[in-house]
Amino acid sequence: MSGDSSQSPPSAGRRGLIAFSWLWVGVPLAYGLYELVRKAAQLFTG
Amino acid sequence: MSPPVAPPGWSRWLVPPAALSVHLSIGQAYAWSVFKPPLESALGLSGTQSALPFQLGIVMLGLSAAFGGTLVERRGPRWAMTVALVCFSSGFLLSALGAATEQYWLIVLGYGFVGGIGLGIGYISPVSTLIKWFPDRPGMATGIAIMGFGGGALIASPWSARMLDSFGTDNAGIALAFLVHGLTYAVFMLLGVLLVRVPHTVRETSGTPAVLTGPQVSARSAVRTPQFWLLWLVLCLNVTAGIGILEKAAPMITDFFADTSAPVSATAAAGFVALLSAANMAGRIGWSTTSDLIGRKNIYRVYLGAGALMYALIRLLGDSSKPLFVLCALVILSFYGGGFATVPAYLKDLFGTYQVGAIHGRLLTAWSTAGVLGPLIVNWVADRQEEAGRHGPSLYGLSLVVMIGLLVVGFVANELIRPVHPRHHLPVPEAPKKEAADERRQQSESA
Repeated sequence: MSGDSSQSPPSAGRRGLIAFSWLWVGVPLAYGLYELVRKAAQLFTG
Repeated sequence: MSPPVAPPGWSRWLVPPAALSVHLSIGQAYAWSVFKPPLESALGLSGTQSALPFQLGIVMLGLSAAFGGTLVERRGPRWAMTVALVCFSSGFLLSALGAATEQYWLIVLGYGFVGGIGLGIGYISPVSTLIKWFPDRPGMATGIAIMGFGGGALIASPWSARMLDSFGTDNAGIALAFLVHGLTYAVFMLLGVLLVRVPHTVRETSGTPAVLTGPQVSARSAVRTPQFWLLWLVLCLNVTAGIGILEKAAPMITDFFADTSAPVSATAAAGFVALLSAANMAGRIGWSTTSDLIGRKNIYRVYLGAGALMYALIRLLGDSSKPLFVLCALVILSFYGGGFATVPAYLKDLFGTYQVGAIHGRLLTAWSTAGVLGPLIVNWVADRQEEAGRHGPSLYGLSLVVMIGLLVVGFVANELIRPVHPRHHLPVPEAPKKEAADERRQQSESA
């Protein structure tokens, strides 16, 4: 199976949708990772 | 509701965020402990009572994944994600009502029972679809989603704690926090419901779906094969071994270095636990992706064989070097996460993609079993050692040997896994025919 449902590259609108959907999940995940790194740093500083 | 078939030009890279929106939400379950102390003081509960919603939730996760898997395969990922959204969010809303009215049973019913169904259906909802979109990289695809389940707790833990700080830890504050959780997760998961699409390979390849290449085994037949039960054992033992570290991480590192010149403080031990969570998450995406390159059987050889070696190193040399202890524990936790994330792709290799989501659902009973077995073994052994007057690293000596033994048994079970006997395979034309019929039915329903 190809990377996309058709062989043509995604349109600009679809690229925007891809970026939006990854940001939707990426931003909260980045927040969680940031908090995790802060806590994990205590192993070396605590 | 029917799964919408992807229109031309639909990118498969839209499917992982759809899966992540569900997994990052339901992963909140592992942050339940944030609510425990406020509930105990507001409703006068014991520690055992306040753990009930989480425990019931995990039991319901296993049961709904096991019994709902076939339905999820039949109705598709959009239906499953909708069920997960409704159950998970309404579980929080019921809990809000329970906290506001001081009816604790409503919290147990809401978060544990109703929310737990959302956990199970949500967990398996994107697996089959991801594997069908990424037949070339199934390990990476399911690794991304299952990493999200680990990531969910990382997000929820500080977020929920801050919310309770703002709203207060009395009944009203907890109720408001539950309400905000329910509404926020409903909106967040909606992205998955709206975005998920199944590939339209049946139409593209005129009746011979590319996703159904190779032998296909139905969920009903799969549970009758030794391969399923060997893999069940592998997952169960790998998870149990991971829990061996997770369950006792903070006291373990403290005890190991208590009598040294550089003892570990409580704050540093909390940092160690956080680092283990990072390793768990990284293992899910990293090792699962690696399995696409070196093969599923080989990667489990690493999880189980090298895992046993890491435990042996901790047992023999752990108290002599803090970096070595930390490194070994991190590797073990990365294998623990990797074991979860790689198993859907292993199932796909053995049983095909036809009902891989349903088979995965049934296999998750191994997780539920390990969730009970792991803490039981570790705590029981630790208690006996303490009673025997042991202290420091020797408190954990027997536990570590038990974990090595479990991993060795898992290693042997993995070695015994062979390709499924052809008598379990669906007749060659049947699987594509069924898949095509399912898709035609879904299209006519959505028309």
